[in-house]
Amino acid sequence: MKKILTYFKPYKWQSLLGPLFKLLEATFELLVPFVVAAIVDNGIANADKSYVVWACVILAAFGLFGFGFSVLAQYFSARAATGVCADVRSDLFRKIQSLSYKDIDKMGEATMLTRMTGDVDKLQTGINLFLRLFLRSPFIVFGAMICALIIDLKTFGIFAVTIVALAIVVYAVMLICMPLYKKTQGDLDKVLLSTRENLSGARVIRAFCMEDAERKQFDERNNKLNKSSKFVGAIAAITNPLTYALINCAIIWLIWSGAIRVETGILTTGSVIALYNLMSQILIELIKLANLIVTVAKAAASGNRIEAVLKMQPSLDVIDSQAAEGEKEEKSDEPFIVFDGVSLRYTEGADEALENISFTVNKGETIGVIGGTGSGKTTLVNLIPHFYDVSGGQVRVNGKDVREKDLQPFLRECIGVVPQKAKLFKGSIRDNLLWGRADATDEELMAAARIAQAEEVILGKGGLDAPVEQGGKNFSGGQKQRLTIARAVARNPEILILDDSSSALDYATDAELRKAIRSLNTTTFIVSQRTSSVRDADKIIVLDDGKAVGIGTHSELMESCAVYREIYHSQYQDGEEGGAA
Amino acid sequence: MKKVAPKARKGTLRRILKYVGKYPLSLVGSVFFAVLSVAGSLLVPVFFGDAIDCIIGKGNIDKDGLIFNFIAVGISAGVSALAQWLGSLCNNRISCNVVRDIRKDAFDKIGNLPLQYVDTHPHGDTVSRVVADADQFADGLLMGFTQFITGVLTILGTIGFMLLTNWKIGLVVVLVTPLSLLVARFVATHTHKFFKEQTETRGEQTAFTEEAIGGLKTVQAFAHEDENNAKFNEINKRLEKASLKATFYSSLTNPSTRFINNLVYALVALIGAFSVIGGGFTVGGLTKFLSYANQYTKPFNEITGVITELKSAFVCASRIFELIDEQAEISDKENKELGEVQGNVLLENVAFSYVKDKPLIEDFSLQVAPGQRVAIVGRTGSGKTTLINLLMRFYDVDGGVVKVEGEDVRALTRKSLRSNYGMVLQETWLKNGTVRENLKLGKPDATDEEMIAAAKAAHAHSFIKRMEKGYDTVLSDGGALSEGQKQLLCIARIMLTKPPMLILDEATSSIDTRTELKISDAFSKLMEGRTSFVVAHRLSTIVHSDCILVMESGHVVEQGTHKQLLAKGGAYATLYNKQFS
Repeated sequence: MKKILTYFKPYKWQSLLGPLFKLLEATFELLVPFVVAAIVDNGIANADKSYVVWACVILAAFGLFGFGFSVLAQYFSARAATGVCADVRSDLFRKIQSLSYKDIDKMGEATMLTRMTGDVDKLQTGINLFLRLFLRSPFIVFGAMICALIIDLKTFGIFAVTIVALAIVVYAVMLICMPLYKKTQGDLDKVLLSTRENLSGARVIRAFCMEDAERKQFDERNNKLNKSSKFVGAIAAITNPLTYALINCAIIWLIWSGAIRVETGILTTGSVIALYNLMSQILIELIKLANLIVTVAKAAASGNRIEAVLKMQPSLDVIDSQAAEGEKEEKSDEPFIVFDGVSLRYTEGADEALENISFTVNKGETIGVIGGTGSGKTTLVNLIPHFYDVSGGQVRVNGKDVREKDLQPFLRECIGVVPQKAKLFKGSIRDNLLWGRADATDEELMAAARIAQAEEVILGKGGLDAPVEQGGKNFSGGQKQRLTIARAVARNPEILILDDSSSALDYATDAELRKAIRSLNTTTFIVSQRTSSVRDADKIIVLDDGKAVGIGTHSELMESCAVYREIYHSQYQDGEEGGAA
Repeated sequence: MKKVAPKARKGTLRRILKYVGKYPLSLVGSVFFAVLSVAGSLLVPVFFGDAIDCIIGKGNIDKDGLIFNFIAVGISAGVSALAQWLGSLCNNRISCNVVRDIRKDAFDKIGNLPLQYVDTHPHGDTVSRVVADADQFADGLLMGFTQFITGVLTILGTIGFMLLTNWKIGLVVVLVTPLSLLVARFVATHTHKFFKEQTETRGEQTAFTEEAIGGLKTVQAFAHEDENNAKFNEINKRLEKASLKATFYSSLTNPSTRFINNLVYALVALIGAFSVIGGGFTVGGLTKFLSYANQYTKPFNEITGVITELKSAFVCASRIFELIDEQAEISDKENKELGEVQGNVLLENVAFSYVKDKPLIEDFSLQVAPGQRVAIVGRTGSGKTTLINLLMRFYDVDGGVVKVEGEDVRALTRKSLRSNYGMVLQETWLKNGTVRENLKLGKPDATDEEMIAAAKAAHAHSFIKRMEKGYDTVLSDGGALSEGQKQLLCIARIMLTKPPMLILDEATSSIDTRTELKISDAFSKLMEGRTSFVVAHRLSTIVHSDCILVMESGHVVEQGTHKQLLAKGGAYATLYNKQFS
């Protein structure tokens, strides 16, 4: 929670004023028993009616002050809670955006989303309650105790023992319940999983006639949830009765010892009544506190989950350029892009996704990357913009290691990437294309669209202002691909990476696209499963299970590389007979 | 949350009661213990008041009276505490069990929903009904039982006691307190619009976050983080404002009602003190009264809270009931089991459409002999997948008939029909579970050897082996598998079950051509002697089919073998040549 606490800094006044006003309100509440005692001891004992009236007016005035202070307290608490959480949310969003591809893969979208929404909401409720009530309860408890001491010093023992006993009860119940709540939440997650799967997998489940098995599994999970929530409920429900019983015992003790001292004339009856009232106030506060603890503890758990994300260090290495200075000198005249014995594994212990890959690329060249599903094509091109860290070897652009700090701006601004999954974002077509370069004119955007063969898509939808729905739902796969290519081209990149981004285009459009891109004279990487897409490349890298099994031009590879030949023949069977292997 | 018409609400209440009625013992226990605990807690101040009356003054203490009253307090407080806990157990049992039962009914319904519903309703919404709504309903129900019953009983009991002790003061209290109810209601109705604003803004933010996180890799590739941050912060600021308003105004309820309570308290003190001075009322009686005044106003606060909670619980319940009430698939209990399957499939004058006024398939007829390979080609939206929906009876025909082995599929049990088909879809679906569980989905009793053989045939073995824990790797949300790898797993699943008929809907669309070619042998072997339906985008995969159907907007426009159709030079030939130009 440490990190979350720093977010209170800009709201330190609100965070202090909230509880402060709450305490003022509570103070007036604590004074009530004194007034009542005064009514009994002075007003009633002396039959002084005007004294009683004035005392009651004071009581009413206390109520009014209490109201005023508590409104202020509510305001400042709400201010602090919403402010802190808005800042947390903002930072969380920023942090998530800065995570590396590896972290994104590891954490998963769903988790990030729940952290951003559910957890922050819970935190907000928790902070608000905490500022308003959590401090108030201990204050009243201790305040009541101090008041009791003012009335009668001897009662200290009674109050001290009671408060410690109650604290132990509340704390123990909380200690037992917290892990149980966590377990219940886990059980609920299982129920959620079953439900979601049975919707998303409705076809497959029915096709395999798995309905009964799924139902059985759901029943099991549902019953487990039922049992664990009943159990934790039963334990949590002990708190109230137990505190109630304890407090009444304490009151008996209090009245008894009070009575003895009234008998000897040390105490007045009114004081005993005041002590009794104070003890009752402690009871009410503690019951409130016990109910609050669950909410606050849940908020704390959310806070910890949020903090875990905020504390994440982006796992990408960035090395100081100065440190790499020495080597740089010698390499200043090497080719544009160099892969030097590059290896990569995603997680420790897993097999290598790329194994010892070396090749060079000159400015303006077109490089084809081809290979089967899972052969490492995407991984390979993702290393150029430094989306992942290599585990061995080096990727150099312009003679510099991609991990070098100096190179980061170039990597961020001068590479155009068209990812495998075409993603468009809510807004207009123009908004989406401007992602490539924010200051591009409409003419430039349309020029990019022409290269990407997306002009007809844009015109067909009614121009650059045509709306794009969330996730680009109102575009077909092929339309989305072409627009994402236009987006990358719009940035006039020095390196253009097309990651299997024409799979939904027909062969003729694909060919037009390649021709147009070639005319740009940009260093281009084309990742594809189709030999037709890469056959004109200056260099083709053939990947198989993470290894480069062939590097060369189409005709060279047809000669020398068996895997490439197989791929080629699998796509160019001569008419009826299946071609090869 | 949707608004529910009052009439629907009435029905909802009746149904909730029906679920609750299944646990009559707990229900009786709940009420019984509530009466007991309230009675006990009301008696405690009586005995304490009497005890205080035993303390008359210096040297004048009725010790026997004190001890008697203390014993009485001990018994009533003990009984009250115990009853409170036992009551909680009953309430807890009712709410947990009711929610379990409702969840079970909802899940059973999900298993029986027509696919039409699953396809057209957002899954997130249905999941939130089963999980979040049910949870909130449980909370509301529990709160209702624990606080509503005890609250009402406490109010009634207190009024009774007060009127008995001193009807004049009692009457004042009874008349003034409902003011707090009015105030609470006033605040609630006026904060509603702020809550609505908060909910809407939060929804907007969630949608934006969802999109930004879903496309995070694209966002990073285009260095669009700053723009996204700006947009996010803009929404975030609005949310903060709306949230502050909603939180602050809603938190005014408690201070306002507490203010009124304090006024009542002062009033009771005033009238009480006057009565004592005027005689006919004791100081102990006044203490009793004051403590009642506290106890009496508290449940009013609680009940106002409970009513809001119950209202939203009702809305949640009605949302779940809405799901439970969805029209289920037509029951097939009376239907015949499909016997030995040769592979005779017949479609006669079939008509079908998803939307009533948009006919899709009309007058479609097709006869398939055992072992025949039928390929279906055509543009997107031409009805290929729909045909498969009808074969599997995911949807029922609007006209005509689908027959397997001469039996109308509507006269057969779905289970016996579907278990004779093996289906691989373009949209892969994997269960959250290990690779092993996923592969054995259709044949849970298969041995590991059989499973590995199937995986090898589908060329999935090598990448499974390279995963962290091989066949025991847990796949959650598809894990880090590529689309193509997922398809290979789905194919392995079918290779293991070996059903008499096959349906392959773009089953290899994400698999690279070389791997596709490699598994085509295994596919050919599998299809041998099995009636199979193949939908394919890549025409190279279907050239060996016995019959190729070319579909266009729900109609078969051409039908024949590859050679025949190519010679014909029609739609098929155009499609084919376009791919290989």
